[in-house]
Amino acid sequence: MEWETVIGLEIHVQLATNTKIFSGASTAFGAEPNTQACAVDLALPGTLPVFNDGAQKMAIMFGLAINAEIGKRAVFERKNYFYPDLPKGYQTTQLEAPIVGEGYVDIETEDGERRVRIHHAHLEEDAGKSLHEDFHGQSGIDLNRAGTPLVEIVSEPDMRTSKEAAAYARKIHAIVTNLGICDGNMAEGSMRCDCNVSIRPKGSDTLGTRTELKNINSFRFIERAIDTEVERQIDLIEDGGTVVQETRLYDPDKNETRSMRSKEDANDYRYFPCPDLLPVVVDDAYVEAIRLTLPELPDARKERFISELALSEYDAGVLSAYRNQADYFESVVECCGDAKLAANWVMGELAKNLNAADLSIDNSPVSAEQLGGLLVRIKDNTISGNIAKKVFEIQWNEGGTADEVIEAKGLKQVTDTGAIETMIDEVIANATAQVEQYKAAEPEKRGKMLGFFMGQVMKASGGKANPGAVTGILKSKLDALCD
Amino acid sequence: MFEKTLSELAQDLRNGTVSSVELTQAFIDRINRCDSEYNSFITTTPELALQQAKAADESLAAGTAGPFTGLPIAHKDLFCTEGVKTSCGSKMLDNFESPYDATVVAKFKSAGAVMLGKTNMDEFAMGSTNESSFYGACKNPWDISRVPGGSSGGSAAAVAARLTPAATGSDTGGSIRQPAAFCGITGIKPTYGRVSRYGMVAYASSLDQGGPMARSAEDCALMLNVMAGQDSMDSTSSAQPTEDYTASLNNSLQGLKIGVPKEFMSADLDSAMAAQIETAIKQLESLGATIKEVSLPNTRMSIPAYYIIAPAEASSNLSRFDGVRYGYRCENPQDLEDLYKRTRGEGFGSEVKRRIMVGTYALCAGYYDAYYNKAQQIRRLIQQDFMRIFEEVDVIVGPTTPSPAFTIGEKVNDPVAMYMEDIFTLSLNLAGLPGMSVPCGQVNGLPVGLQLIGNYFDEARLLNVAHQYQQNTEWHTLSPVTA
Repeated sequence: MEWETVIGLEIHVQLATNTKIFSGASTAFGAEPNTQACAVDLALPGTLPVFNDGAQKMAIMFGLAINAEIGKRAVFERKNYFYPDLPKGYQTTQLEAPIVGEGYVDIETEDGERRVRIHHAHLEEDAGKSLHEDFHGQSGIDLNRAGTPLVEIVSEPDMRTSKEAAAYARKIHAIVTNLGICDGNMAEGSMRCDCNVSIRPKGSDTLGTRTELKNINSFRFIERAIDTEVERQIDLIEDGGTVVQETRLYDPDKNETRSMRSKEDANDYRYFPCPDLLPVVVDDAYVEAIRLTLPELPDARKERFISELALSEYDAGVLSAYRNQADYFESVVECCGDAKLAANWVMGELAKNLNAADLSIDNSPVSAEQLGGLLVRIKDNTISGNIAKKVFEIQWNEGGTADEVIEAKGLKQVTDTGAIETMIDEVIANATAQVEQYKAAEPEKRGKMLGFFMGQVMKASGGKANPGAVTGILKSKLDALCD
Repeated sequence: MFEKTLSELAQDLRNGTVSSVELTQAFIDRINRCDSEYNSFITTTPELALQQAKAADESLAAGTAGPFTGLPIAHKDLFCTEGVKTSCGSKMLDNFESPYDATVVAKFKSAGAVMLGKTNMDEFAMGSTNESSFYGACKNPWDISRVPGGSSGGSAAAVAARLTPAATGSDTGGSIRQPAAFCGITGIKPTYGRVSRYGMVAYASSLDQGGPMARSAEDCALMLNVMAGQDSMDSTSSAQPTEDYTASLNNSLQGLKIGVPKEFMSADLDSAMAAQIETAIKQLESLGATIKEVSLPNTRMSIPAYYIIAPAEASSNLSRFDGVRYGYRCENPQDLEDLYKRTRGEGFGSEVKRRIMVGTYALCAGYYDAYYNKAQQIRRLIQQDFMRIFEEVDVIVGPTTPSPAFTIGEKVNDPVAMYMEDIFTLSLNLAGLPGMSVPCGQVNGLPVGLQLIGNYFDEARLLNVAHQYQQNTEWHTLSPVTA
């Protein structure tokens, strides 16, 4: 039988507020355990939450970016369950009245663009962490993360392949990082993904029983976990079994999913409105004010790169995906006035060096202005493309503007025909054998033989001779010898 | 000295007739001498008190003293006090020393008050008798075979027995007013949100409200001046401006419109008490008020509504007591479940467990609509009843309790009979309205309380009515003890 996969994602995004959603403690990552947990985060008796409206603003920004209705009256509720890293014994979250209502994003798939509907997105607090190593059979609790603001983005089951799921997750990642509401660092858990996966016979319109794959923190693992789980479900059903609704964990080392808890073990969370927090009332003027501050989002930027800068679809897609890279690219364009050249360099030489050094574009040793200045010198023929790579390498390692490097290292292109002629005469004089071959060759084959002389002249000039000028002069001098 | 009110003592301190250290030492000695009979204190803090008294005397001498400087008070043991045990009357917090001060405690500190200690209470403020305290029942100074009421029974008994001139209390369903009535003192539960709940260990967050308990309305006004006000740490505290609650105490009652709910003067009310209440109402009439019968038809529903909402919130609020971070932890837990079950099984008393179970049940999926939502609907009806009446009258007057103080053990095995004791007080908490209890007579040598109910944020008017009544009656000056 042919099977169809149905996938819905719940993505938890940590918001980049400085302080926690209900307390003044810092949200910085990596501090010593329990040094960023205040009385409220520890749930000391008598403490009360105070809502951080920075988190509200960020959630609304996200809502606007996915074309969603913004909740006029968002209500925090308590989700009650016991766990050692959940200090209050309940998680403060939103259920009936979330801050962000229905929205959507469009993703690129092999079959073209596809729309993924978003059911809603709500604000909630993160839990702490349980640490099971190095405690001699006991568990340690680190509450630094407790109370970090999260937006949980719940999609409709609109994805049909693991690739689509990963593309959707990438899209959300691009949106939240472009908005500047999340640092996007998946290794540190800034974005975590739960995948709801089911299969059904192709053509059926009823949903199969789903399993939930918890806490996947890379795009690659999203694909692999879903593929593995789909394979498991198909094998199970084709062997006459049935899928059980349960939560499963993906083990990337073994590339398998395993059962964590079944539906029967699920808690009754006893949700009810949190009496310590007033409903969040959001008026239209506030939303509109936020809308005005929204940065240009990847989709719009991509369109602009195509229409205004005449980039290819592919280049525009790559360069618009991340705000910092897109900003960098636009600065380079502004400096050099040549979008295509800038695109080639940002996606080529710069990206190659950043990848090799494992640096983000924010930490690039060569600034957009420096790169732009370099490209100006290519365009005005001060240097050739090859020399430019050399200049870039020096800028990367030692800093400096392109002009400074060109000047200091004497890399300026030689366009003075007199100087070029002298070099050519010298090369011809020292290559009698090759000159003889040239002369002996059929005129139509002589073009190919020019390469040797070109190479010698460029070598003699230290690469600085203007290649166009060299070719012209060389050809006329050699041809003169043949007459 | 022990018969003097806060206002009189404040005068003495300013005149230099007595120093704060002398005053404080006298109360410490009296507590040491007499409290074994009443068990009204859980913790006394003589060293801290004398230290504060010394600082107060210095400030009095320097002329920097405020109206409350040097006055001794006690705090109900659910207000967190830095460095001092805050037990909430429970084994669960017997070892808990708060690292921070509740807002109310901090306000009294900065006003220069002296803290004599922490008073006994029903465990986690759940009870109307003080019998559920881990530290043993507190006794009514008028008759030590009787209960002082609850949950602020320790505060009421301590004030009545002249062990402190005043104390803080908290009122979730009558816990200031009922013990004030049983012990013949004056207490006011302010409007919900008037006094910060930060640092006041939560029982039922949407109903809890801290307030003053003292010997006169004037003293309550002095205390409320210190306690009231918005707090950035409590999102549910009100932005409504505070006022000087002593300023209008002497206003005439001429033209005051008083409503008397017929449901309050019904069969639920002890007939001897009814006579006392009627006398008090006539007295108010003679002071210039006009009396009108009104109706609060949903009063009877306040008991079932309260006993859904309060336990539901409590079941969630008390989840944090899990033996993980502070408070009681069972010996040698075998695993996580064992830790939870035995810590909570051994750390909580039976009334607390009963309410946690009732509340957990009421919030369960499938029962939520039938119980919690229905109770919230009743809550709105009750509030509407009051709002309708306050269109016609300024203040509502009736009994605080159906009968005077009952004997210790009388209702301990009949929770429903005990819950019925709250019939006249609960509805105010459900509506969030302010209410007072003022001594207005005696039945068989036991005090009777007159309840005054005001519109939202109308504390000044309640205190004015109570003060005018007390200027013309002697009930509040009667003492159960010879000082």
